[in-house]
Amino acid sequence: MKNRLLKLWHQDGTRSVMASVLSILAGLVAGSLIILIVGICNPTLGLKSVWDGVRLIFGGLFATGRNAAGALTFGFNPASVGNMLFRATPLILTGLSVAVAFKTGLFNIGAPGQYLAGTAATLFIALSIPSSVVPPQIIWFLAFFGGMLAGALWGAIPGMLKSLLNINEVLACIMTNWIAANLVTWVFDISNLKNVVENTKSGYIYKTTFNNVATSKLGLDLIFHDSQVNGGIVVAAILAIIVYIILTRTTFGYQLKACGSNRFAARYAGIKDKRNIVLSMAIAGSLAGAAGSLYYLSGNTEFFWSTYQSLPATGFNGIPVALLAANHPIGVIFTGMFMSMLDISGLQMTNLTAYNEYITDVIIAVIVYLSAFSLLIKTLLGHRRAHKTDAPLKNPDPDGTQADSKADGKEALKA
Amino acid sequence: METLFENLTSGSMVFLIRQTLIYAVPLMIVALAGVYAERSGVINLALEGIMIFGAFIGVLFVRLVQQWGWFDAVKAADNWVGLQGFMLMTMAVAAILGALFSLLLAFAAINLRADQTVGGTALNLLAPALVLFLIRLIANQNTLQMATGDSASWFMLKKSMFGYGRTDEVGFLFDTFVNKVYLATYVCILVFIIMSVILYCTRFGLRLRSCGENPQAADSLGINVFKMRYAGVTISGALAGMGGFVYALTTTNCTSNGDVAGFGFLALAVMIFGNWKPLSVAGAALLFGLFKCIAASYGSLYVLNGAGEQIYFLKDLGINTNFYRLLPYLITLIVLAFTSKSSRAPKAEGIPYDKGSR
Repeated sequence: MKNRLLKLWHQDGTRSVMASVLSILAGLVAGSLIILIVGICNPTLGLKSVWDGVRLIFGGLFATGRNAAGALTFGFNPASVGNMLFRATPLILTGLSVAVAFKTGLFNIGAPGQYLAGTAATLFIALSIPSSVVPPQIIWFLAFFGGMLAGALWGAIPGMLKSLLNINEVLACIMTNWIAANLVTWVFDISNLKNVVENTKSGYIYKTTFNNVATSKLGLDLIFHDSQVNGGIVVAAILAIIVYIILTRTTFGYQLKACGSNRFAARYAGIKDKRNIVLSMAIAGSLAGAAGSLYYLSGNTEFFWSTYQSLPATGFNGIPVALLAANHPIGVIFTGMFMSMLDISGLQMTNLTAYNEYITDVIIAVIVYLSAFSLLIKTLLGHRRAHKTDAPLKNPDPDGTQADSKADGKEALKA
Repeated sequence: METLFENLTSGSMVFLIRQTLIYAVPLMIVALAGVYAERSGVINLALEGIMIFGAFIGVLFVRLVQQWGWFDAVKAADNWVGLQGFMLMTMAVAAILGALFSLLLAFAAINLRADQTVGGTALNLLAPALVLFLIRLIANQNTLQMATGDSASWFMLKKSMFGYGRTDEVGFLFDTFVNKVYLATYVCILVFIIMSVILYCTRFGLRLRSCGENPQAADSLGINVFKMRYAGVTISGALAGMGGFVYALTTTNCTSNGDVAGFGFLALAVMIFGNWKPLSVAGAALLFGLFKCIAASYGSLYVLNGAGEQIYFLKDLGINTNFYRLLPYLITLIVLAFTSKSSRAPKAEGIPYDKGSR
């Protein structure tokens, strides 16, 4: 048993997880340190508020407010957990988008643009088809797939520029992001979907519920009262599993990864690298599009249409989600939830203390910074492994001990 | 002929040139920042983040000095030499802090051999987060402003400073290039020229560039690749930090809100567009600045016809505002599509230097 655990420990995946966990812990500690420094430098905040802030950084999800004595209380907070799941939905999908592109050796910084393209297509379809003629469920499906398709098309543009004209995909993505931001503003500017019924909502598009279209709650709202949770999180998880299957169990996925490892070797092996780059970006785009689509199909979110000066942060936050998961599609589900949990912690921080939610963005940045050299952390973790496995390698018996230990490792993982 | 001359010296033209310079100059200087880092072999995706940080530091410095009251007397006496000196000092502070901030990237990329794209992304996430966190604590809102007045009343060059009255007519050249212009614009152009000369005409510049092309060969000739790359990234950080403050000063009225409207990324585009060469970078920045300026103010641009009437030709076309807004980005993509074949990035950029590899 101990042997098996040891082998599990020595798996590459385990070390990836360990590296990520270490990065997360370091990020949280860094955030706490900043709070400590600010608290000490600013006498009006004081040490008590530092203690509150640090507790919220680590357990903001479970904060339930303050009691009569003014002390923080903790416990199961259904609204927070539900909102965490709701906010995780687009993060998981943009994270998947970035991860898929990474697997093909592309840095998809274009997720914000694809997210906007998906949002626009979804809102147009969901609000333009009258629900009195077509059943809302069918409109929902049309809107969702329309959003994915729009995202895919928008993602395919930098893909084609990269593969056909050899334009740096980072640059092409940045340009298409801003073009998308302006185009979306333009189409909504001339559309008749601007919310003119509620005059407090100037600058916003109608909610999809104006046309009776909304993602089914699937009963999740019964568990998490007073939260925005809906079936979108399930859709996101299913998409993550589909991506995982495509990447690990199909020839197509193998070809994508081969292009990522070495484009020229892949071409030599007869893989159509240019086609694969475009397809990879299209898939990435469709996932980012789905993120926007699900976020605005929830029925309780409104889209601020005059967005030409800013790009949606959800798109950029896909990058840390993917990096933290080491680009593993299943891992993305968990890191996406972790990121949205930090979001909730930040909100609680703003509500309950003198600090504000931007400290969680600092934490995310520190985590990404550390994950930039996660390879180094992995090697450091692996150092101990090298010492321990030295012994069997020195074994004079050349019966392929290494191959055996690998097979054992796999079994250990299954068990 | 006369109409042409009148057109070239009209109020519209003065406005166009001024505005184009305002957009082009921060782009130019930050693109040069990118050139320095990449020519030394490190991809600096963090330009945006460093700009945001530099803008914040600059505005904070102005605010603090104003609050200490050091420059109130100078301002009251309208001593413009003192005020411009104050502005130059702020630019220097933004540059120094920008350089310090960029050390984070240098450490990760050079010492720890981390993925430079990811490291840069981390800085891009860190800067707005940290800046907004602090702004909220300092100002209790999402924007940090000057303590008193606005950037125009404090730092702009005005004709009154040169002995002209408020209603005096001044020549076209004076009106375009001196009146209501920030001295920072010219300081940036000067710095741009000096840094370009350093990159191309000095031993240091040659050594720096060699580290981005073939670090192994450079090392074999006794050049310390690590030091050179540190120099490249630090200079890059200083230029980007300064550019960030100049952006905040000239386009957002000396305020900081954790955002520079994607200028850092645009500078990256300008750098690639300009093929990593200072002169082409300057040209690309001017082109981009011109289109940015048209997008912001196409409605008020006019030409004079033979009868001396003002024709608002762009407004009369009746094209949607949003089209002009997306034009700079679209044109960059199209031009890149045509020029990408001749694009030549520094050979060793993005590859951590490893003494042992061949």
